[in-house]
Amino acid sequence: MAMKLNDEEQDILAGKAGPVPQLALRHQIKVGDFFGAKDFVAVTQAHIMADTESLGEAGVQWLEGLAATTEGQHRVRIPTITDPRGTDFTKADFLGQSSGMLDLERRAIAAFEKLGVAMTNTCINYQTIQPPTRNEHTAFGDTGVVIYANSVCGARSNFEGGPSALSAGLTGRTPRYGFHLPEQRRATLRIQVDHTPSSLNGWGALGGVIGRLAGNYWAVPVIEGIEGAPRSDQLKHFGASMASFGSTALYHLVGLTPEAGTLPDVADDSLPAYRVTRADVEALQKSYHTDNTVDVVVFSAPQLSLYELGDLAALCEGRRFSVPMLAVTSPQVKPDSDRMGFTARIEAAGGSVLSGMCFYQSYAREISEARGWRRLATNSAKLVNVLGGYGYRPMLASMEACVDAAVSGRLLRI
Amino acid sequence: MSAKIFRACHAMGPVVRGPALVAHDGFSARYDLDRLKGIFSRPAHKLAGQSYVGKILVLDTAKGGVATAWMLHEMKSRGIAPLALVLNSVNPILAQGAALGDVAMLAGFDEDITAVVPNGAEVEVNPAEGWLKIG
Repeated sequence: MAMKLNDEEQDILAGKAGPVPQLALRHQIKVGDFFGAKDFVAVTQAHIMADTESLGEAGVQWLEGLAATTEGQHRVRIPTITDPRGTDFTKADFLGQSSGMLDLERRAIAAFEKLGVAMTNTCINYQTIQPPTRNEHTAFGDTGVVIYANSVCGARSNFEGGPSALSAGLTGRTPRYGFHLPEQRRATLRIQVDHTPSSLNGWGALGGVIGRLAGNYWAVPVIEGIEGAPRSDQLKHFGASMASFGSTALYHLVGLTPEAGTLPDVADDSLPAYRVTRADVEALQKSYHTDNTVDVVVFSAPQLSLYELGDLAALCEGRRFSVPMLAVTSPQVKPDSDRMGFTARIEAAGGSVLSGMCFYQSYAREISEARGWRRLATNSAKLVNVLGGYGYRPMLASMEACVDAAVSGRLLRI
Repeated sequence: MSAKIFRACHAMGPVVRGPALVAHDGFSARYDLDRLKGIFSRPAHKLAGQSYVGKILVLDTAKGGVATAWMLHEMKSRGIAPLALVLNSVNPILAQGAALGDVAMLAGFDEDITAVVPNGAEVEVNPAEGWLKIG
């Protein structure tokens, strides 16, 4: 059955607001009809993933076509921000990126700015820009952003890819299906965790194990057994990895996340149950330890918080790196890192602090070929999961072990 | 012999006909593909090394992140896209990508679609009527 449109939506579809919102709404109706959405729901914020490796020339031309329109409404209606770009322009030579890549980036940025999009260039907007509130309907891109917003904040978003997130910004709404519906937010599998990690790579590995068990977008794990109160950075790595390994968009932690005060709040009695042990978490990490030497060390995916950069700076004290070490953060965090001396301490050891990009969204294949980087060490479980297809041999280890590897060129086995 | 028809719960895009490339594995354009060579590049993928160009991909479920929403459109502009995506289940990203790229897509079958479509079979995908036909 086709989506039900209110008077305003019928006017947009008829072109009365101009061709840009008309095109956006048509796109949203295609997606809404596909999933059987009954109607639209108003959203308050949108977040667009649009690195130019994904967009390509065709995607940038599509954006430029929208941006060139002057008839009717041709700017976003709600606060609309961006995920990381495909470069840090100040470090492009170091990354071996070509002038063609940078030109495409500049064109995409110019088009977005004409459409009224704020170039925040971050995948940690829930830590730096404005975290959503419980039951707030949003149209967020970047799977790590969606899973954090849904699970930790109790907001309501589906994975909104770039075209759909931009459409939501232009129309101020999104099709009401998936995690906008209360019934879709109930748990579909129950996980008993025997081991609460302390390191960020450990939290990422735990998220990866649970993501694999969940297996698809519509699965919602409810998790018991986590000890203490996890920090935002721990849940950042946990969720980003779960979303990457499982395409998962929502989890519940009993007694911790807002919708799961108690198990019955989100779960029925008959759910399939699984146990996740320390051995499961370690096995995932070990499966990525395929070499003892490294070409490059990367801290990214998600972008680092100020606290992570502070920890990294402390580990860099008095060290001298023999292989490149990259730490990637957001444009909002970078000035604080500079001001507090973290950037200088990391760079004094031979590392590089990059801003406004994410490693895997920045032409990772071409970087590998230009710089000869294949064996990559990181503390991000999400990054190791993404980079295999890009020709890397990614290895997962703690922040401490990664810094040691940057010094010696060798990664110790866990 | 009568043709076998499998009906999908979710459908969009044009009618297409072509060879099926089948595996019980996931799909993400960013994670799994070398989009310059037009092949599956993720070493652990069951279709690693095989060309997806012009094929009707029959796979289990959507994996990974949001990039596929742009990448189907980008691949199609260079003539290096799959002909259709047929999956047991999809996430919103694949549907959004198919909508932007006008790529045929079916999802949600009564049976495991990767178990009933033979690899290499000639199939027709008809989203308007919501079915896949073998032969």
